[in-house]
Amino acid sequence: MSVLILLIAFSILIAGGFLVAFIWSVRKGQYDDDYTPSVRMLFDDKPVAEKTSPSISKPK
Amino acid sequence: MEDSWVQEAKPPLGKKTTTTCYHCGETCDATIHTDNKYFCCDGCKFVFQLLQDNGLCAYYELSEKPGIKIKGKFSSQRFAYLENEEIKGKLLRFADHSQCHVNFYLPQIHCASCIWLLENLHTIDQGIFFSKTNFQRKEIFIAFDPAKISLRKVVELLAFIGYEPYISLNEGGTKHHKKVNHKRIFKIGVAGFCLSNIMMLSFPEYFSSGNIGQADLQKVFSYLKLALSIPVFFYSASEFFTSAWKGIRQKWLNIDAPIALAILVTFSRSVYEILSGTGAGYLDSMTGIVFFMLVGRWFQDKTYDSFSFDRDYKSYFPLGVTLLKNGKEETSTISALKKGDQILVRQNEMIPADAVILDGEGYIDYSFVSGENNPLLKRRTELVYAGGKQLGETITMEIVNPVDQSYITQLWNNDVFTRQKNKDKSFIHPWSRYFTLTLFIIAGCAALYWSLYDPSKIWLSVTASLIVACPCSLLLSATFTFGNMLRHFGKNKFYLKNSSVIEALSRINTIVFDKTGTLTHSSQANVFYEGEKLPDEEINMIYSLVKESVHPLSRIIKQYLMLTYSVQPLQAINFKEIAGKGIMGSINSRQVKLGSRQFIDRHHASSSLSRSGEVYLSISGFKKGVFRISNQYRDGVPEMITYLLAKKYNLQVLSGDNDAEKSKLESFFGKRASIHFHQSPQEKLNFIKELKTKNSKAKVLMLGDGLNDAGALKQSDVGVAVSENTSQFTPACDAILDSNEVSKLHRFIEYARSGRTVITWSFILSILYNIVGLSFAVQGSLSPLIAAILMPVSSISIVTFVTLATSFSAKRKGL
Repeated sequence: MSVLILLIAFSILIAGGFLVAFIWSVRKGQYDDDYTPSVRMLFDDKPVAEKTSPSISKPK
Repeated sequence: MEDSWVQEAKPPLGKKTTTTCYHCGETCDATIHTDNKYFCCDGCKFVFQLLQDNGLCAYYELSEKPGIKIKGKFSSQRFAYLENEEIKGKLLRFADHSQCHVNFYLPQIHCASCIWLLENLHTIDQGIFFSKTNFQRKEIFIAFDPAKISLRKVVELLAFIGYEPYISLNEGGTKHHKKVNHKRIFKIGVAGFCLSNIMMLSFPEYFSSGNIGQADLQKVFSYLKLALSIPVFFYSASEFFTSAWKGIRQKWLNIDAPIALAILVTFSRSVYEILSGTGAGYLDSMTGIVFFMLVGRWFQDKTYDSFSFDRDYKSYFPLGVTLLKNGKEETSTISALKKGDQILVRQNEMIPADAVILDGEGYIDYSFVSGENNPLLKRRTELVYAGGKQLGETITMEIVNPVDQSYITQLWNNDVFTRQKNKDKSFIHPWSRYFTLTLFIIAGCAALYWSLYDPSKIWLSVTASLIVACPCSLLLSATFTFGNMLRHFGKNKFYLKNSSVIEALSRINTIVFDKTGTLTHSSQANVFYEGEKLPDEEINMIYSLVKESVHPLSRIIKQYLMLTYSVQPLQAINFKEIAGKGIMGSINSRQVKLGSRQFIDRHHASSSLSRSGEVYLSISGFKKGVFRISNQYRDGVPEMITYLLAKKYNLQVLSGDNDAEKSKLESFFGKRASIHFHQSPQEKLNFIKELKTKNSKAKVLMLGDGLNDAGALKQSDVGVAVSENTSQFTPACDAILDSNEVSKLHRFIEYARSGRTVITWSFILSILYNIVGLSFAVQGSLSPLIAAILMPVSSISIVTFVTLATSFSAKRKGL
């Protein structure tokens, strides 16, 4: 039966790891904004690259 | 003479294809353009050029017409106060010589393009390291190099591109707010973790009906469960204990007391059973109660991050003013203003305190204070009240009253502003008290019975009753009902401050409306032209004249002409605006005059006052006709009023405006409703107060929009601020309603009522569960298994029931 105890100890340890991960992520603010990142990832190239592209850039 | 005028039928709409501004999408004429793109004003064009020069034109591709209408140029000194070290210190979150961090609230954020542009600020100015937006909070975080760009320059850049930050020193507490939120989530996380593990360890017992073959293993399981329950009891459940204790110290049994008692009894009995080896305890039930209760509260306390319900006048007033000291200009905070100080007020700035004009001509827009739409002319030595906005040129003024003693701000000295309302009046509270009382009686009876027959079972039956009959399902039903209703209200753009407003809303029997901006559109109006038929040339002449003016009536006429005719602007020379009278100018060498009757016709007896909604027109000295402008009522408002009248609500109208619309209002409200005009902010407050003292049963809902309604909103049971644009600032209130949804008001009230029915039904359901549980408990035969099944089943079924019932009822009410 000692194997069962070992198993339970492991399972609680792993679950505890997830709890710590959860608390860490909340503390880091990962749940503070659940909308903006979803929009942000759809933006194309970096604007710096765009600035040099001849089609859009205009002589000042 | 009026008879000779030919009445012209309303010209058909959509006669021409309208030009819209490439930047902000507003209808405009085709005078300002670049690269085949048209703009409504130079402001919009400049923003476009700035973005174009920096290769940021993707702004226009991400969303349709994303730009924000540039409302005139702001004076170069507008943000001068941001150079003030004291103000700077309060705004900056972090500052050293190489980096500064600042957070701003930008109410204009509304689409993906906004996010994109705001996060690319560093391409416009090299001094900005990076910027990050939070769309839901409408906030931006900016890190910049103070050596390259000052805080003032950052704000000026934001304002230039149309996102003027809303800067207020008393709403800087967002950081603190966030932390509190996290705490509740941590508690839920810990409780959830412990609950699931305790459940797992309890499974062997559930399946073997409480007896595990190996005693060693059972012991290990029990002690593990005990260890896991400790953080739940001491950390997650701590708020129930502290709240209950606070209540008891004030000799008042609050709603948390029975829960705290149930948790305490369950925990101590379980500890006793485990340590003495007599049983497995009810730790699974206890952690379950804590977990569900916490989730319920979290669900109910959903807040609207981007709204503020607690603004006072300080949020409306400017932060800094320009002080004149020994002939030199200096910036100062407004709270530092003293009687006798001299200040400069520039165009479009607000007057921060009651003051007398020393130099210049004031053209004051009081719409903020009184709801009256037309600006007033104020000359030297005349007194101007705080809250007015200067539309004319820069004026010098001398302060008469300090800011907090001024006419409008005095309203806040009234004690309604410090009183908290809708506190502890919930109809659930008496229920939970009766419940607790009944429970004690039942437990007492059980104890009495067992003391006669089998004294060993007294302790068992009493604790079991307290464990199983926790009023948590009662409370869960309320928290989930209100939480779900808040979401449904929110979906319909009716944003409530918290759940207690739903209850207050369900009791409403008196409704007070503010007229301007609430029942009527504040910017749109019906325009009707009466008079000689105008050729196209003359229409263009009128258009060119009104275009130059900032008077609200001119704007309305301009809008009307632009939408109905294809107008071509002409050159207006010698344009003159005579405050309070009208505008004139010469176009194509013909004199065009628009304004009051006396302004057009000198011989007209000045004693007969012209009504404010009429603008007379003359060209080359000949009277041509009159534009009649009447308030445009919001769609669906008459139907809503008819419905409310049929349901016997007591309806009242309060207006700060003049009584030009009296007959029209009477046609909606009937002769029974009382309609009051020329109401000052203080009179509005007193009116609500009187309504409530005259009839103690009156529960008043006030619907208002401006700062002038602030006192009345606070004094009423439910103060609803109507907002044209939810990013606009609203006075302190209990709820914010999108102006397009005003006509749904009666549905909102009825929905709030249906919430009470749902709660009553779920109470009955939870009482049924309690009867089942208690019937086991009083017999002293409540096994942990039954408790463990009954607890989650009752909680989950009640939560499901109220969620479905509230959603169904929302659908039926058309919400």
